[in-house]
Amino acid sequence: MGRKLLTEHINVEGINTFEVYRKHGGYRSVEKALKTMTPDEVVEEVKKSGLRGRGGAGFPTGMKWSFLAKPEGVPRYLVCNADESEPGTFKDRQLMSKLPHLLIEGMITSSYALGANTSYIYIRGELLYVLRILEKAIAEAYAAGFLGKNILGSGYDLDLHVHPGGGAYICGEETALLESLEGKRGNPRNKPPFPAVQGLYARPTVVNNVESIAAVPVIVNEGGDEYAKLGVGRSTGTKLISACGHLNKPGIYEIELGLPVEEFIYSDEYCGGIWKGRELKAVVAGGSSVPILPKELILKTAAGENRLMTYESLSDGGFVTGTMLGSGGFIAMDETTCIVRNTWNFSRFYHHESCGQCSPCREGTGWMEKVLHRLEHGHGHMEDIDLLVSVAKQIEGNTICPLGEAAAWPVAAAVRHFRHEFEWHVTHAKEAAQPGAVYRANAVLV
Amino acid sequence: METTAVKPQFSEAAQAEIKRLLTHYPDDRRKSALLPVLHIAQAEFGGWVSPEVQDLVAEVLDIKPIEVYEVATFYTMFNLKPVGKHVLEICRTGPCMLRGSDELTAHLERITGAKVGGPASADGLFTLKEVECLAACGFAPIVQVREKYYEQLDTPEAVDAMLTELRNQVHRPALPWEETGLPNALANN
Repeated sequence: MGRKLLTEHINVEGINTFEVYRKHGGYRSVEKALKTMTPDEVVEEVKKSGLRGRGGAGFPTGMKWSFLAKPEGVPRYLVCNADESEPGTFKDRQLMSKLPHLLIEGMITSSYALGANTSYIYIRGELLYVLRILEKAIAEAYAAGFLGKNILGSGYDLDLHVHPGGGAYICGEETALLESLEGKRGNPRNKPPFPAVQGLYARPTVVNNVESIAAVPVIVNEGGDEYAKLGVGRSTGTKLISACGHLNKPGIYEIELGLPVEEFIYSDEYCGGIWKGRELKAVVAGGSSVPILPKELILKTAAGENRLMTYESLSDGGFVTGTMLGSGGFIAMDETTCIVRNTWNFSRFYHHESCGQCSPCREGTGWMEKVLHRLEHGHGHMEDIDLLVSVAKQIEGNTICPLGEAAAWPVAAAVRHFRHEFEWHVTHAKEAAQPGAVYRANAVLV
Repeated sequence: METTAVKPQFSEAAQAEIKRLLTHYPDDRRKSALLPVLHIAQAEFGGWVSPEVQDLVAEVLDIKPIEVYEVATFYTMFNLKPVGKHVLEICRTGPCMLRGSDELTAHLERITGAKVGGPASADGLFTLKEVECLAACGFAPIVQVREKYYEQLDTPEAVDAMLTELRNQVHRPALPWEETGLPNALANN
């Protein structure tokens, strides 16, 4: 059983209160950082830890921090991205609602490292009930002297606020999030300038995912080198995986990176296998935007190696035979799942969530949804399948933000691995359009 | 179309909450409070934000009405038409679909009589709205009503329990700055 760095105490009664959290070693990283370390030393430890952004992109957190511009006399900001909206992903919601003080502790230590005196947690509007939990915990932290002026007598000041979104997936993109925090529509900004130079209110800003920030306390407490000992290669530490779909035990699991995918799906310690005694058909391993893989390719790479839960192993084979760890939103589909229907569902999602700024995404997502809808409902043509691939290709790389890619990849991957199933929807249109109809032959592996 | 004769006003408790929220942002960035204030407005004025309510929000934040309109129409949580006492937001995205959200939607349409995207049920109690991923995929299928998530609604019993709870709510649950929640029934519904 792997070590739990973030969630060790998640089921302790009252751990959502300051008192109980503190009793279990909470806020030690704030004491250590503010009393014994310079901000740059904290950044250094995070760099050494190898921690990579847990929101999905996997960019090294310490490196992101070191890009932050620090002009004299200009305030800078840390903004926590709690706009968890990637279908299949629900880890941050669990973490924040059960361990609000872990995020607050991480925000204080990280804000100190970055020299921010005001920080924000931008939480998706649907999670207003979690915002209430965080606000209560923040009030406790103020009362205990861990927030506000002259924290622990160190001379360091920090105000921390929670800000709700209004229902828009796009606000998980960091520049759209900043627009939204400024009270505007969530339209992503052109880059450069990057937020590290001109972010919130045109000031230098770092935006980090909840889970990334929550990993900072343990890195500061135990040291970056110790953290980096966990995991495999450049996938260091632990990762929260939110498992859903057709599993016996869906839920949140903190795994040490490097766990075999097969063990994660079938072991009783984790997901306990596929529900109703059925066979696994396919997995979307890192949130809806990463390529879907058929059972054979999610369990083993094309070269026949065991697939591991790491950034590198999951992307082994590129997009031809691999996928991505992404946000850790792990969606399992059993043998009764219609891949065309599922792909249509995801396309509808991206069409709905496109902000509409860039034509390739605004129009392309709409066309993919329409074409997939007609395939699924028995009105498709054989040419539609290549049309989908063509539209996906024309979106990719031609938009301001990665929502374009997020919309294109799932479609391209579904056609790549399940082309026969799409074709069957044309050749057996009437049958395919029946509710619950499923094509059962094997997927194409390459 | 009828016009609202009386200009809407925030309750004192809501005004105090807005004042507190405004301390979170720099003085010259009051507009930052727009989304949180829209949430308060929707809770205060019957679960939707009418043009008059949006104008009020603009006035409170000292911004132009268009700045509120363009935001209220961008974000899906703000209802721009009158709604029933309870808005049931049913997640329809992949992971929920895999665990029966289509069946849940059909079931809710049958027993409430309301249609997704249509007006409230004849008794004025329920508005059905399909939404995209609510970030609770491991507990699918899910319905959100105001600030509460109803999870694992994969049996008729679970759905009935939710509806019974909602039918028995005379007042909506109180928000942190309120002593009691506002009554569910509002004149404009």
